[in-house]
Amino acid sequence: MSLTEEVDVLRGIPLFERMDVSKLKLLAISSDRVTFRPGAIMMSQGGDGDAAYVIISGTGDVLIDTPGGQIKVAEVGPGQIVGEIAILIDVPRTATVKTEEGLTALKIGKENFLRLLTGSPQVAVEIIRVLAARLENTNAQLREAVSAAGR
Amino acid sequence: MDRSIYGFIFRHSKAQQLFLLIVTFAAFPFIYLQPDLVKTIVNEAIGGEAADFPKGVIGFELEQVAYLVLMCFCFLLIVLINGAFKYYINVSKGRLGERMLRRLRYNLYSRVLRFPQPHFKRVSQGEVIPMITQEVEPLGGFIGDAVAQPVFQAGMLVTFLIFIIVQDIYMGMAAIAMFPIQGWIIPKLQRKVNALGKQRVRAVRRVSERISESISGIQEVHSNDTSNLMRAEFASHLGRIYQIRYEIYHRKFVIKFINNFLAQFTPFLFYLIGGYLAINGNLSIGALIGVISAHKDMNAPWKELLAFYQQYMDARIKYEQVVEQFDPAGMLEESLQVDEPSEVPAISHDSDVAAQSLTYQEDETTIPIQGFNLQFKVGDRLAVIGSAGGGKEEFPSLLARLLFPTGGRLAIGGSDTKDWPEAFTGRRMAYVSPSAYLFSESVRANLLFGLKHRPIGMLDLSDEAIRAREARLAENARSGNSSEDFEDNWIDYAVLGAGTPAEGDEKLIAIIESVDLTRDIYGFGLRGPVDPSKHPSLVESVMQARKLLSVRLADEDHQGLVEPYDPEKYNDNATLAENLLFGTIVSEDFDAESLGDHPYVLSTLNEVGLVHDLLNIGYEAATLMVELFADVEPGDPLFEQYSFIKADLLPDYQTILTKWARGQAEALNEQERGLLLAIPFKLIPARHRLGLITDDIRNQVIMARGQFRENLPDQLAQAVEFFDPSSYNAASSIQDNILFGKIAYGEAEGPEIVGRIIDEVVEELNIKREIIIAGFDYQVGIGGSRLSGTQRQKIALARALAKRPDLLVINGATDAMDSRTRELLVHRVLEAAPGGVLWSISDSEHAKFFDKVVEVSSGKVVQETAGSEIKE
Repeated sequence: MSLTEEVDVLRGIPLFERMDVSKLKLLAISSDRVTFRPGAIMMSQGGDGDAAYVIISGTGDVLIDTPGGQIKVAEVGPGQIVGEIAILIDVPRTATVKTEEGLTALKIGKENFLRLLTGSPQVAVEIIRVLAARLENTNAQLREAVSAAGR
Repeated sequence: MDRSIYGFIFRHSKAQQLFLLIVTFAAFPFIYLQPDLVKTIVNEAIGGEAADFPKGVIGFELEQVAYLVLMCFCFLLIVLINGAFKYYINVSKGRLGERMLRRLRYNLYSRVLRFPQPHFKRVSQGEVIPMITQEVEPLGGFIGDAVAQPVFQAGMLVTFLIFIIVQDIYMGMAAIAMFPIQGWIIPKLQRKVNALGKQRVRAVRRVSERISESISGIQEVHSNDTSNLMRAEFASHLGRIYQIRYEIYHRKFVIKFINNFLAQFTPFLFYLIGGYLAINGNLSIGALIGVISAHKDMNAPWKELLAFYQQYMDARIKYEQVVEQFDPAGMLEESLQVDEPSEVPAISHDSDVAAQSLTYQEDETTIPIQGFNLQFKVGDRLAVIGSAGGGKEEFPSLLARLLFPTGGRLAIGGSDTKDWPEAFTGRRMAYVSPSAYLFSESVRANLLFGLKHRPIGMLDLSDEAIRAREARLAENARSGNSSEDFEDNWIDYAVLGAGTPAEGDEKLIAIIESVDLTRDIYGFGLRGPVDPSKHPSLVESVMQARKLLSVRLADEDHQGLVEPYDPEKYNDNATLAENLLFGTIVSEDFDAESLGDHPYVLSTLNEVGLVHDLLNIGYEAATLMVELFADVEPGDPLFEQYSFIKADLLPDYQTILTKWARGQAEALNEQERGLLLAIPFKLIPARHRLGLITDDIRNQVIMARGQFRENLPDQLAQAVEFFDPSSYNAASSIQDNILFGKIAYGEAEGPEIVGRIIDEVVEELNIKREIIIAGFDYQVGIGGSRLSGTQRQKIALARALAKRPDLLVINGATDAMDSRTRELLVHRVLEAAPGGVLWSISDSEHAKFFDKVVEVSSGKVVQETAGSEIKE
């Protein structure tokens, strides 16, 4: 798979969908493509995060530690991004991601990503827009949950 | 050291100077015979009357022509003799001057080694270095002339004077009438020039000091934007030198002017007064001409004498200005450093170290140690704690005798250490400073630095080398230089408890383990090349490791992590350049950055018809790069890491792309093609994923690879060390030889897994020790610049342990490391130290490892606690 295909995958991610093609190419070229073998741990809950992964092929399980052991909360697959919070803010990984049958992903390093942001304000604005939308979404869910609990 | 230059000259070269003088005088008659002979040839042999011949010459009767021939050959002989004298005298003078210069420099350097430590706070390298190197340089020339020249010229002068006075006393007096005036006025004028000369020396020194200071403080200059201040300051110093120089020129030429005037004033008097007398018939013209020519003869040596006088004044100032800088108060006694004591006894671990009202005063106001009292056994493990500036830095230096107390007494085993030779303090004790210095040599040489006090024997030398060594040492002795030969074997492995260098290396391995340096040195060895002729067994094992690695990778189902070099295959994890050369560049004939410019590379590519394709790839990649990086800031690290194009070349590539649009490669000139061609060489398909390297290209590169190697011209045969699956590549590191391939891009955790497997293979083949030993050859760089600060300090600790000291004094030394490493080192070093340890530490929580903890404040011991009381 070549650069152009990677750019297409990146463009499918809401976080990047409105970015210029040239910026996406730059992001793709400055990111490594990595392959995980079946059963590999891509990131583990509580660990340091320095990269986000855009999955190109394969699937992974999102696991969360609970007092009763790890439980699977979601599954991620091609075209999805995992660990994106880590490239924006220094917080420990909030979940563990384990590959199912092996997985190929584009590894977006935190430093390169932040450099891209500082280098082009419109990209930063796009990111803010996406994050604000997510926040609004979360708020809406919270409101719903609160009113459901009140009922 | 002699205060005056003549004191120095007479003390060390009296006999040679006298000899030179004798030879100079021996040459004298021949110099005068030459013009005399010319006169004879012209007047007698050629112009002689036929009646005068045949002439009797030492019993032979000679006709005119025979006489002429004889005289001409005599002339030739005299010319040769004169030339030979001149040659001999000049060489002797030069040799004498050089030997004396060598002696002077050696003495000055030897004194630097004895300077009291605090003196280095006042003088800078920038001052000392030019004094020893440049400032004394002209003295060599002067010293050769110092005696022979003035005596010879004065001798000539006196000879002429006597000659004239014998002929006519009044003529003689008239001829030298002006000499007293010149002799009085010129030193007067010269005095001012001398004073200026001294100022000039000082001003030049200040300039070198400023330069060295600017270099040391270059980061401060940049980070404070003070380069313009530095420039202005430097210009002001240069201006000062210019002023002084100008003034000196001015005065020098005034002296010359007056001198010439006075010299010509005498003939003026002769012509005027003598002429008047001659016209009036009171003086014969012959007598007048006689006086004038006598004056002319005498003026030549007189002028030489005056020139010598100026040269002497110059040399005197230079000598005195240098020597006075090398005599600071409190210099270490020469005997304590140079003389070898009859024995260097071990310091008994039971003997007492006693500091009694010890005081160390640095200057008027700084008294870091005052009324310091402490007693302990040499074998004790002592921690010194306290706040900075309270004396915990100075006491270790005093104990290691790097500083001398200014009051009180510091005794070990009852004997005052101030009288100890350095052979005791430097061999039985060890000292590690907070920022230890490493010499620009190998790790091994640095570790063994403390074992090289005296030559312990000659190396195994051929007869010829032994003769050369003797000649070298004899010449050393003639200049009063060191009587010890640097080429001898200086490393006393016995101190380490080892008999041979190989055993020494084994001991060093144990020592670096105690300072937690094994991993680092192993890394140096693994990532460095080794000389197969010196490590044959290691090379053999590495070849085994290469096989074993691929087996292990396959066992763990990791074979995809390394793409091996295969002569028949294109390596997708290597650059195109690596794929083409299929080897390591070992000489400067090839430049990895601009391989496409090399005529041989280019001709090989042409043969397989690759140039066109590569230009196309270059064009495609350049287009992408220009698009992506056009609005990235030039300093952005993205450029460094991901662009094939340097930021400053971006506009050039933009031009190339515009031109390409007009007529592709044909529209470009040679240089532009070179720029385009440079790009594909850097492409790594697996990493860059541009899809530009097609299978077609891959096949062509493999073809070119074969041709490149086959047709390589003889003069380039040594320029590339080719990859060969069955042989060791001496130009690559051990690690690359084990890998024999590239770690694949894009495998999560790939490098870590490969690193682990390499370590396992190394472990399994039992070659870790050999790799560490290869790592001892790692060059540390100037001041240890190729190591991290922590590594440097660890090497310094290891260097101290290698001496197996009775008392190990550690001043800080680990302060800059992280807390976990500090604790580990305290623990391990205490375990490894064969004798007592006094460690000035900054964390009191590590104090629990010591027998006794001494708290120092305001230059005094304020509290002594047994270590057992501190343990939690």
